[in-house]
Amino acid sequence: MKIHEYQAKNLLANAGVPVPRGEPALTAPDARAVAERLGGRVVLKAQIHAGGRGKGGGVKVVSDAAEAERTAEAMLGMTLVTAQTGPAGRKVGRLLIEEALDLDRELYVGIVIDRALACPVLMASRAGGMDIEQVAAETPELLLKEALDPVAGLRSFQARRLAYGLGLERPVAGRAAAVMLAAATAFRDLDASLLEINPLVVTDAGDVLALDAKVNLDDNALFRHPELRELRDIAEEEALEVEASKHSLSYVRLDGRIGCMVNGAGLAMATMDIIHLAGGEPANFLDVGGGANADQIRNAFRILMADPNVTAVLINIFGGILRCDVLAEGVIAAVRELDVQLPVVIRMEGTNVDTGKKMLSESGLNFTTADTMSEAAERVVALAGV
Amino acid sequence: MAVLIDERTRLLVQGLTGREGTFHAQQAASYGTTVVGGVSPGKGGTTHAGWPIFDTVREAVALTGANASVIFVPPPAAADAILEAADAGLDVVVCITEGIPTRDMLPVIAFLNGRRTRLVGPNCPGVLSAGKAKAGIIPGHIGSRGSVGVVSRSGTLTYEAMHQLTRLGLGQTTCIGIGGDPLVGTTFVDALRLFAVDDATEAVVLIGEIGGSAEEDAARFIADGFRKPVVGFIAGQTAPPGRRMGHAGAIIAGGAGTAAQKQAALDAAGVTVVDSPADIGAAMARRLGA
Repeated sequence: MKIHEYQAKNLLANAGVPVPRGEPALTAPDARAVAERLGGRVVLKAQIHAGGRGKGGGVKVVSDAAEAERTAEAMLGMTLVTAQTGPAGRKVGRLLIEEALDLDRELYVGIVIDRALACPVLMASRAGGMDIEQVAAETPELLLKEALDPVAGLRSFQARRLAYGLGLERPVAGRAAAVMLAAATAFRDLDASLLEINPLVVTDAGDVLALDAKVNLDDNALFRHPELRELRDIAEEEALEVEASKHSLSYVRLDGRIGCMVNGAGLAMATMDIIHLAGGEPANFLDVGGGANADQIRNAFRILMADPNVTAVLINIFGGILRCDVLAEGVIAAVRELDVQLPVVIRMEGTNVDTGKKMLSESGLNFTTADTMSEAAERVVALAGV
Repeated sequence: MAVLIDERTRLLVQGLTGREGTFHAQQAASYGTTVVGGVSPGKGGTTHAGWPIFDTVREAVALTGANASVIFVPPPAAADAILEAADAGLDVVVCITEGIPTRDMLPVIAFLNGRRTRLVGPNCPGVLSAGKAKAGIIPGHIGSRGSVGVVSRSGTLTYEAMHQLTRLGLGQTTCIGIGGDPLVGTTFVDALRLFAVDDATEAVVLIGEIGGSAEEDAARFIADGFRKPVVGFIAGQTAPPGRRMGHAGAIIAGGAGTAAQKQAALDAAGVTVVDSPADIGAAMARRLGA
């Protein structure tokens, strides 16, 4: 789960990471009031779930409260397009108003799970404020890494080693090491899957603060963090994906015209791939799960139908435990109930497949059945009219 | 021969008294697996579906001679169930549970390091040694005995590959679903090591997907001297970056973990990489000259 910068900063501040003074604002007068409280010279930062905001015009520095109000007026409601939003961009509904600081240095601190090492890794760099993937590719010597103990986390000596490796001197090195220790503790306590402070800044006065912060949370751990679940902003998510998640359907909306309904995440990805190979483009990823029952199939159809780009549907089910006749019954009921008019191509395999196919062909509905995945993909591409 | 489980396996089901646990214990038994009992804390001393139930894994091992377990325990308790099974010294532990927090798996992987127990999963369909035994949810009827090993991060794609192979008369030794989570007990390289020394396995199907670098690690291992033919498929060639595709581990992050990178690495290692999931079986038939 993604959260906003201001939420991530609150979580980090609670964990002991210094952050600039600031407050979120939903309206221009609010922005002015916050700016007044902070002394006038502030930074306005658009709160959207995507990076690259500075280049896209989503971060503005102003010199007084009146200018803060005027700038906020222009920023709120704007559609911000960044390298990470895609061409459609994101509508800005909220700003973070923060004190403007005089910066001496910009550093990078990030924590991710290293799958091969099976532990979290803390990365630090003196090349802060830049795209860290670019730093890793072009100047890997500037990216320092420490593996965290899976149980104990980051050790003090590791934090010191990183701080001195960044070329910091006392007392700033000590402050930076303390930030890294606090960040590592927050990463664990929040069940984060990613924690990034980019940049971590050193001010002219020698203070060390998180000027930007990104925290992604492990969806699988939200059951034990009801307070973090509250941080979800569904306005940042695709409406159909929000609807799908209510029905425990794993759905990702894409740009193509062929709606897909598949059981299993791997097979669902493979189905997208084979549609592409057949010359079409998938409208979505959709995994109905292992025990796809009639309810799930109906919900899945409802979501596929709600995407106006969809001109044909491909159902690809490998019924291992799930019987094909039960699946066919569910599909027929859903198509009747929802009055689905689009062409539907079904490829199913597994137990009772012949009975299932017979039920589909005798239903009088607009089904096309296929024996193999490639045949199914070719048929649905032809029917989708792409 | 087979790897991980066979006719000598004495399987314990952790979470046998649950709906899933009961159903798949029965499926495993009817496939011919020796299922010796179940573990459900608080229900020790009872019987369920004809099997004795124990409070702890240690007690179950002492009284049944179990040497493997399969775990159908809800996510909040699953990591602890794996630890308990490893602590009791089982050879093989297969964890089916999807949705275990990554933070819970970190100490589990560390705990297993240096111990005899091999963990398969979590978030996987389990293991099936054709005609011998199965631990997990892979439907028995789609496999057949033969000489192809299958290893996959995905459940239904494993079934798909088994089905295609079986239709072409290519039976399997052991099919291993290693799981779709970022942290798993058995990696592709671990599975290839097992297949390398299994005389009955003549060739391997490897099914990867976007996210992480396990396929690249496998490619390196294969290039370094894995001598059996390998057919590979990578799911997610059309997946957009930065989006999680169902599995917790299936995400292209920071430009890394793309299907194209994995396909190229496997191809360079001599693996026959197919673009279409429908071509897995046929490509294996060609590699084996069948």
